[in-house]
Amino acid sequence: MSAVIDTHGHADHEGHGYQPSGLMRWVTTTNHKDIGTMYLWFSLIMLFVGGVLALTLRAELFQPGIQIVNPEFFNQLTTMHGLIMVFGAIMPAFVGFANWQIPMMIGAPDMAFARMNNWSFWLLPVAASLLVISFFVPGGAPAAGWTIYAPLSTQMGPGMDLGIFALHIMGASSIMGSINIVTTVLNMRAPGMTLMKMPMFVWTWLITAYLLIAVMPVLAGAITMVLADRHFGTSFFNAAGGGDPVMFQHIFWFFGHPEVYIMILPAFGIISQVIPAFARKPLFGYASMVYATASIAILSFIVWAHHMFTVGMPTAGLLFFMYATMLIAVPTGVKVFNWLATMWKGSMTFETPMLFAVGFIFVFTMGGFTGLMLAIMPVDVQLQDTYYVVAHFHYVLVAGSLFAIFAGTYFWIPKWTGRMYDETLGKWHFWLSIVFFNITFFPMHFLGLAGMPRRIPDYASQFTEFNMIATVGAFGFGLTQLLFLYTVLKCSVLGKGEKAPARPWEGADTLEWTHLPSPAPYHSFHEQPEVK
Amino acid sequence: MNNKLGRLSGGLLLALYAGLASAAYQLNFQAPVTRVASEIYDLHMLMMYIILVIFCVVFGVMFYSIYAHRKSVGHKAEQFHENTTVEIIWTVIPFVILVGMAWPATKTLIAFKDTSNPDITIKATGYQWKWGYDYLKGEGEGVAFLSALATPQDQIHNQKPKGENYLLEVDNPLVVPVGKKVRILTTANDVIHSFWVPAFGIKQDAIPGFVRDAWFKADKEGTYRGQCAELCGKDHGFMPIVVEVVSPEKYTEWVGAQKAKVAAAAEDPNKQWTLAELQAKGEKVYAANCAACHQATGKGLPPAFAALDGSKIATGGKKAHIDMVLNGKAGTAMAAFAKQLSDTDIAAVVTYERNAWGNKTGDAVQPAEVKAARK
Repeated sequence: MSAVIDTHGHADHEGHGYQPSGLMRWVTTTNHKDIGTMYLWFSLIMLFVGGVLALTLRAELFQPGIQIVNPEFFNQLTTMHGLIMVFGAIMPAFVGFANWQIPMMIGAPDMAFARMNNWSFWLLPVAASLLVISFFVPGGAPAAGWTIYAPLSTQMGPGMDLGIFALHIMGASSIMGSINIVTTVLNMRAPGMTLMKMPMFVWTWLITAYLLIAVMPVLAGAITMVLADRHFGTSFFNAAGGGDPVMFQHIFWFFGHPEVYIMILPAFGIISQVIPAFARKPLFGYASMVYATASIAILSFIVWAHHMFTVGMPTAGLLFFMYATMLIAVPTGVKVFNWLATMWKGSMTFETPMLFAVGFIFVFTMGGFTGLMLAIMPVDVQLQDTYYVVAHFHYVLVAGSLFAIFAGTYFWIPKWTGRMYDETLGKWHFWLSIVFFNITFFPMHFLGLAGMPRRIPDYASQFTEFNMIATVGAFGFGLTQLLFLYTVLKCSVLGKGEKAPARPWEGADTLEWTHLPSPAPYHSFHEQPEVK
Repeated sequence: MNNKLGRLSGGLLLALYAGLASAAYQLNFQAPVTRVASEIYDLHMLMMYIILVIFCVVFGVMFYSIYAHRKSVGHKAEQFHENTTVEIIWTVIPFVILVGMAWPATKTLIAFKDTSNPDITIKATGYQWKWGYDYLKGEGEGVAFLSALATPQDQIHNQKPKGENYLLEVDNPLVVPVGKKVRILTTANDVIHSFWVPAFGIKQDAIPGFVRDAWFKADKEGTYRGQCAELCGKDHGFMPIVVEVVSPEKYTEWVGAQKAKVAAAAEDPNKQWTLAELQAKGEKVYAANCAACHQATGKGLPPAFAALDGSKIATGGKKAHIDMVLNGKAGTAMAAFAKQLSDTDIAAVVTYERNAWGNKTGDAVQPAEVKAARK
């Protein structure tokens, strides 16, 4: 550890003797703040790439009939939208938050494995390039859905191989990032920072990192078997050779369900920092929040087959997975109640981070309700693979994870850049986002109930009106995000806006606010703070 | 700014409401016609009411707190941060509600899975991209046919106005009698498909190499429409399922007509066809079975779907060509048509492919040659 905790060389303002400038600074950096910044920019770029794909889909679905893209390309767009948003936008954004915040929140000078940190970031642009290149190879990008179910995925062209390699690389990146986070949290906390004193964000990331280490190898296994079936004549998922196509789904969802929580637990962490800060009141039920997060993580390993209620499982299996899935509502409910109890009798103000946090609770909870509906196996039979499911997971992933990312960005950007964001634009961003989000996704519940399957490029005429509304909403939502881009650019690259004080939020009490100036110095906590 | 926002969102809401009032927006499940489907409908409504109550209580509390506990109205923050009693209460109450939901769900689930003692058993096979139905047991045993999308391409490509049942119409619907328990065995030929008829509350994945089952007993005559529900490639959105539920008398009549049709269609396998006859028949078989991938122009969509115009197979030896159509090509989307098409159909389509576009082999493939090639 002594090599990392640099207590010498203060005369050099960078803290280390050698510091390249320009592009090489970013390529060679081992600084957790630089790496966090790169993760965040990478995910923002991917958010816009994935968003453009989504808007192309919505444009095609504005009316029945084939207008803009043909069915093959449509399937490529749905697949790539999913892969890019999950692995390119949401996950790296949370890793970016972890990089910036975890060392500052636990009083550590940097991440435990600084060079591995650099490597785990720089794998991502490579993986993203492979994904983008796949559009230009013969046969185009993967078109089997982000779940790449075999045997459809064994039928595709070389684009699928590129997609599989991209997933392998992103998986390796995630595993390295997670090992780094676990090691940092367990070994580098400041004196007095016991586990049960850690900020909730750190707790949720610690649990998420364990989930990642557990399930990313499972995904790697599943896609490697697809690769072998495609090229090496194996029959893991081919009944003619003794394999089973459904086995792919079991393995995929054993990864896929914990993956869902990987994308939401850090969001819970951000919300658990923001709500107390703006309610000026400590987080209610801290210990039960920790236990609820851990229970959600453990339950996530025994519910995977609820994604497969229609594959034809035996009755006992269906009952088990239905009951186990319903149980998740209990710890998730505890979290929501704890946030409400934190707000209760507080002294609240509603700056942009708080707006997004409250918006998160409101809209994410609706996604939770539809999740409960989908847990009921007989109801799920009607809703499986329909737009109801599309609505459900966008309520938890966009209004859940993405809104939490927005809340966190507005909350911490004064610390990161030393500038306050533009409050008026931030508020506009929130209100337009939440209104357009609901215009886009609320009608999808009705489409699913009425019987519109997902992943179709064209639909029967009775679904037209709701699809038109959804498309209008989607374009509104997409354009609104340009406001976010501008707001972030203004504080960071352009360096404009009011100078931020060390603690701009009255109720914020974690170490980065109480012990560090804004912007946080390039090297923070040379000397560990004492936590009482 | 709040005023502007208020007006904007108010305007949008009004626009939405006006839209809702003017068109037939379906907000709920299709009207159920089986017992399981109505139980699912009721289950969904029950859940919806419970959820609405929870929604009102939880967000009532939240919005009251937002209204009353603001700094701007001078509310001072209290500093409490735990209370074991309420924490136990809000863990136990949701659990009890969940048990209340699980009870009726379990009953419906068990009914849904009970495929025993069917009156009629039908195998539904998913193909890229159509359905095949084989009546295996019960009245109609032996009837078998393929069921493909009947919507013309020019409607899909917006060259003609769309019909009433756009994308939900097929050439040969599945016909079943009213009030009889029908067991559907699902399987697939290539990739996973899913057999879904919303009004019956039945959705069962069709898995290549495996057989799964589901059942329904329709209580009302009529035509019911569903779609493939599992992404199965390019034309996943274009393989609907249409079920006609008819009276027992009509069903018997339909079975008779089907059997007569099969008898009439049975051609003399040793008949010698002329090149022109084969080409004419082959063009139709091609349009129905091959054009989706290989395209009407024969140019295909390389590399996923190979071009036939000028291809080695279609201009080389007859044997290899017949073999390709009969057995498909492993690891690609090229399906085996041995079980889907008759000897005559295969002979015709091979002849057509060898003499269409730029292919000028002049070969006429006779059904007897196909028969000989089948193992």
